[in-house]
Amino acid sequence: MKVSKEELLHIANLANLYLEEGEIPNYLNNLQEILDFANIVNSAPVEKLDITMNAIEEKNVFRKDEVEIFTDNESLLQNAESKEMNMFKIPKVIN
Amino acid sequence: MTRDDYEVIIGLEVHSELSTKTKIFCSCPTTFGASPNTQVCPICMAMPGTLPVLNEKVVEYAVKAGLATNCTISKDSKNDRKNYFYPDLPKAYQISQYDKPLCEKGYIEIDTESGKKKIRITRIHIEEDAGKLNHDDFGGGSLVDLNRAGVPLIEIVSEPDLRSSQEVESYLKKLKAILEYIEVSDCKMQEGSFRADVNVSVRKKGDEKLGTRTEMKNMNSFRSITRAIEYEVDRQIELLEEGKEVEQETLRWDDVSGKTFSMRDKEDAQDYRYFPDPDLAAIKLSDEYIENIRKNLPELPESRKQRYLDQYKLSEKDANIITASKYLSDLFENAIKVCNNPKAVSNWIISDISRILNETEMDPIEIPFDAKQLGKLIVLIDKGTISSSIGKKVLEELFEEPRDPEDIIKEKGWIQISDESAIKEIVTKILEANPQSVADYKAGKDKALGFLVGQAMKETKGKANPKMLNEMFLKELNG
Amino acid sequence: MDITELTVHELLEKLEKNEIEIKDITNAYLNNIEKKEKDVESFVTILSEEAKKQAEEIQEKKEKGEINSRFAGIPIGIKDNICTKGIKTTCSSKMLENFISPYDATVVEKLKSENMVNLGKLNMDEFAMGGSTEYSYFKKTKNPWNLNKVPGGSSGGSAAAVAAELVPWALGSDTGGSIRQPSSFCGVVGLKPTYGLVSRYGLVAFASSLDQIGPITKDVRDSALLLNIIAGYDKKDTTSKNMEKIDYEKGLKNDVKGLKIAIPKEFYGDGINREVKEILQKAIEKYKEMGAEVSEVSLDIAKYALATYYIIACAEASSNLGRFDGIRYTYRTKQYSNLKELYKKTRSEGFGKEVKRRIILGTYVLSSGYYDAYYKKAQQVRTLVMNEFNKIFENYDVILTPTSPTVAFDIGSKSNNPMEMYLADICTVSINIAGLPAISIPAGVDKEGMPIGMQIIGNKFEEQKILNTAYAFEQEFKFREKYKPEFKK
Repeated sequence: MKVSKEELLHIANLANLYLEEGEIPNYLNNLQEILDFANIVNSAPVEKLDITMNAIEEKNVFRKDEVEIFTDNESLLQNAESKEMNMFKIPKVIN
Repeated sequence: MTRDDYEVIIGLEVHSELSTKTKIFCSCPTTFGASPNTQVCPICMAMPGTLPVLNEKVVEYAVKAGLATNCTISKDSKNDRKNYFYPDLPKAYQISQYDKPLCEKGYIEIDTESGKKKIRITRIHIEEDAGKLNHDDFGGGSLVDLNRAGVPLIEIVSEPDLRSSQEVESYLKKLKAILEYIEVSDCKMQEGSFRADVNVSVRKKGDEKLGTRTEMKNMNSFRSITRAIEYEVDRQIELLEEGKEVEQETLRWDDVSGKTFSMRDKEDAQDYRYFPDPDLAAIKLSDEYIENIRKNLPELPESRKQRYLDQYKLSEKDANIITASKYLSDLFENAIKVCNNPKAVSNWIISDISRILNETEMDPIEIPFDAKQLGKLIVLIDKGTISSSIGKKVLEELFEEPRDPEDIIKEKGWIQISDESAIKEIVTKILEANPQSVADYKAGKDKALGFLVGQAMKETKGKANPKMLNEMFLKELNG
Repeated sequence: MDITELTVHELLEKLEKNEIEIKDITNAYLNNIEKKEKDVESFVTILSEEAKKQAEEIQEKKEKGEINSRFAGIPIGIKDNICTKGIKTTCSSKMLENFISPYDATVVEKLKSENMVNLGKLNMDEFAMGGSTEYSYFKKTKNPWNLNKVPGGSSGGSAAAVAAELVPWALGSDTGGSIRQPSSFCGVVGLKPTYGLVSRYGLVAFASSLDQIGPITKDVRDSALLLNIIAGYDKKDTTSKNMEKIDYEKGLKNDVKGLKIAIPKEFYGDGINREVKEILQKAIEKYKEMGAEVSEVSLDIAKYALATYYIIACAEASSNLGRFDGIRYTYRTKQYSNLKELYKKTRSEGFGKEVKRRIILGTYVLSSGYYDAYYKKAQQVRTLVMNEFNKIFENYDVILTPTSPTVAFDIGSKSNNPMEMYLADICTVSINIAGLPAISIPAGVDKEGMPIGMQIIGNKFEEQKILNTAYAFEQEFKFREKYKPEFKK
C-alpha cells in the first residue's frame, strides 16, 4: 500500500506529533519501507488461525475488591511541571 | 407538515458507575467527593510501568446487570484499549470492551400509554471512568483531578427502539430501578453515577431509512433529558421542513438557555484504534459461574410490584411509584415492619415524600432519614400522639435534620392535646369568644361547627386532637 | 585478586569464607566505574555515594545478624526503564529526563529484599527501541571489546557494564532481543525468560505482550542465581504466571547426554555472517562431542515473525507511549497556547526520531482501514509462529541458533538506516512473538576479536533446560578464560 503525505500527517496528528516539513520525506520513506516489508504477513498461511492477543494462556485473572491506599501521595505529583491545589494544571479546556 | 408527521427515533447509551469498593484496575477507593487527587495511586495515574488487574466484582456486577436485563452472557470476552488523548484520560487510552462485550442481546419492558413495550438492549460492557477537569475561573487554566479515573462503569447500549421523551424517561427509570435492585450501582444522578448519551433522529412516518442522528453526551437529569430531546426533535424537524439536512454531530445541551450547541472543537476525526489490551487476560466465564449469579439475583422491581398488589392491595399506580426506586421500596417495606400500616406508609411516600423529593430535586437514595423514623412517625399518628397535620411538620423536620420523631415532637412541643379536661377548657373558651357562631349553629348552620373547630386548632397551634375537639363541641353545643 | 573480575557466585564463596568484606565489593566496582566509565559510558545515573553508604550499612547489619540474605551487599546495575523509587528512571529519553518514580518495580523490590546494592541506572536505546544504544538521548555507550563499536541494544548499557566489569551483573529488558543481542555483542550471558516468568510491574512498557525483564551476567551460574531472585508470580501483573518457584542454580548440571538439539536451517542462511556461522558450527560439533543429539530442522518463520514483530511491537508502543503527554510527570514544552499544542510540541520535542517512527508505524497499523491488513494478520501470524515452535518442541529439547546475524558493528554505521537495523533482529524476535525463553552465551570471537553469541531457545518455562545446555558448553569452552574485553580505541 502506498502511503501519501496526507495520510502520514493524519497519522502523526492522531499520535499528537508534529512533523517538520523537512523531515516529512524521511518519515514517509521509512514508513513506506517498513510497511512494504511488513506486508509479508499477508502472504503467511494463516487463513484458519485464531488471533493471539498475548503470550499467556490464563483466563479470568481477577483481583479481590479490597481497598489498599497508596500513602505517598506527594510522590505522585512531584514530577508535574505545573500544578495548583493538588491538581495538574493545563491550558483551559472548554467542554 | 407538522410534528405529527414525523417519527422520533431514540437510542441510549447509559453509563452507570458500579458500587464496588475499589476501582476497576487498582485498589484505590471509589468514594465520591474526596479532595482532588487523594484517591489515586501510580496505576490510576498512569505512571510509567504500572499494570491493570481487573476487579472481580466488576465482572460479577456486569453479569448481574446483564442477567437482570435478559441479556446473553458472553463466555468469550476481553478488554480492549480505546485510544485517544484527553487530559482526564491519563493513559491516553480507556480500557473498555470493543467487539466482545460481557453481555449482549437483552431487553427491558417499559409501560407506555399503549401498554407494555420491549426495549432491546444491544450490549452491556465494562470500562473505566475518566477523571475530572475543574475549570479555574481566575488562573485561566483547567485543573486535572484523577480521583474518578478508573472508577468502574458499565455501559448499557439500547437499540433505537424509543419513540418519545416519555418512553426515554420510563426506560431510564426502569433501568435505574433494576440496577438499584440488584445492588450494582447506587445510580446517583447528581453525582454522575447514572448518566446517558442520547442519540436522536427523526424520519417521516412510513420511511424505512433512519434519519441522521445527533448525540447529546453525559446527560444526568430526567428533566434535562426530556427538554433536550424535545428541543432536538423540534430543531431537526424544522431543518428538514426547511429542506436542510441534519448534520451528524455531538451536541452539548445547555440547561440554562434550553438549547443544544455543536461541540465543534473536535477538529480531528476520531479514530480510536481499538485493540485487545495485552496487559489483561481473556474473560471466559463458565456456565456454573453465570448460573450461580442468576440463582442469587435479588427480587426485581416487576416482581416486587406484583407482591405489593397482592399482599398490600396497593393500586397499580402507587405500586409503580414505590417500586420505581429500590430505596423507596425498601423504605416502604421497612417502615411497615415498624408501624404495620402499609396504607399509611404508601400514602406518605406517594404524597408528601414524593412532593418534597420533587421540589428539592432529590434522588430517593438521598433521603436523609431512615425507615424506622418514618415508621415511628406513623405510629405516633396512629396512636393519636400527634395529628396528621403535625405529622407533615415532623416529616419536614426529618428531611431537615433526621432524628427520632418522638424527640422532635417533644422538643417542638407538638404533642397532641388529648386530655379531656384540657380539650373541654379550650372548647369552653372558644364558645365564649364566638357567640355569633354558636347562634348560627343552633339556627341550623352546620358550617359554623367547622369554624369553631378551626378556631380551636388555631388556638392550640394544631396540637389539639381533632376528633376529640369535634366530639366535645358537639356535646357542648347540643348538650 | 581483583574483586571485579569475579563472578557473583565466586564473590558469594569469598564472602562465606570471610575472605572479603561486603563493602569491599561495592568499593571495588565504584573504583572501576571511576576508571572505565568515561570510555564506556554505560550509566545514565551512577549512585556512588548512595551505594557506598548502603554497602556499609548492609555490612553492619549483616555483622549484627540482622540480615541473613545470601546476596546482601552484592551490587547490581539496573536498566533505566525499570522503575526505582526516589531515583530517576529516564528510559534514556528527554521525555523522562527528570522523572522520579513514586514506586519500585516488583523486581527492584525483590533486589531490595535481598539487600542488594544499586550501583546505578544503565543506558539504553530510548524507550528500549533500537539495537545499538545509539538512540539514547543522553549518550552513546561503547562496546568494551572495541570502543568504536556499539554494545548492541536496547540493553546496551547493561551488557557493556557487565562486560567492562563496572557491575557484577545487571538487569535488562528484552522485547525483541534487547537482552540477548547486546549480550552477544559484549561477550556476556543474557537470558530472556519465558513471558510471564518475571513480573513486568514497574518495567516501562514498550510492547506489553513481548517485554520481559531478565539477567545479564558474566556466566551461566550467575544467570541462574539472578533469575532465582527475580522470577516469580506477582499479583500486580496479570500476565505473570502463578507457579511453583524453581531453584535454577540448584538444578544446574553439566550434562547434555541425549539432549535433543534442533538446528533450524533457516536461521543459518544467507543473511548470517560467515564467521558467525563457523563459530556456531563449532559449537554444534562440541555439543555432539558432549553427547547431545543434534538434528537439522525446518522453521520457516523468521521473515513472518520479523514483520509481525514490528507490527505488534509498534502498535502496542503507540498506545503505551500515549501517557507521555506533558501533563503529569514528563517533560513539558515551554511555549503553548492550547491543549493540542501542548500535546504535540511536548511529544515532538520529548521523543527521539526512532521512537516517533515507531509510534507512527504503530498508529498506522491500528488505524481504521489498515487494522485487518496489518495488525489482525500479525496476530494470526503470531499464532502460526507459536504453532511452528510447538511442533519442534514436540520432538526436541532446545533450539540452537545464532543470536545475531553479525558481531557488533561500528558506531554510526546503521543508525540512519532503520530498516537495516530492524533486519538485524531476525534471529531474536520470533522468540518474543512466541513468548519462549532463550539465552545468549558467548561461543567465540571473530578474527577482529569481537564476541559471537549463540542463542539457545527452550519451550515455555523450561529455563532450566536452556541454562543447563548453556552451562555444559560454557564449562567445556571456558570463554571467560580465553577472551577479555580490551577497550580498543
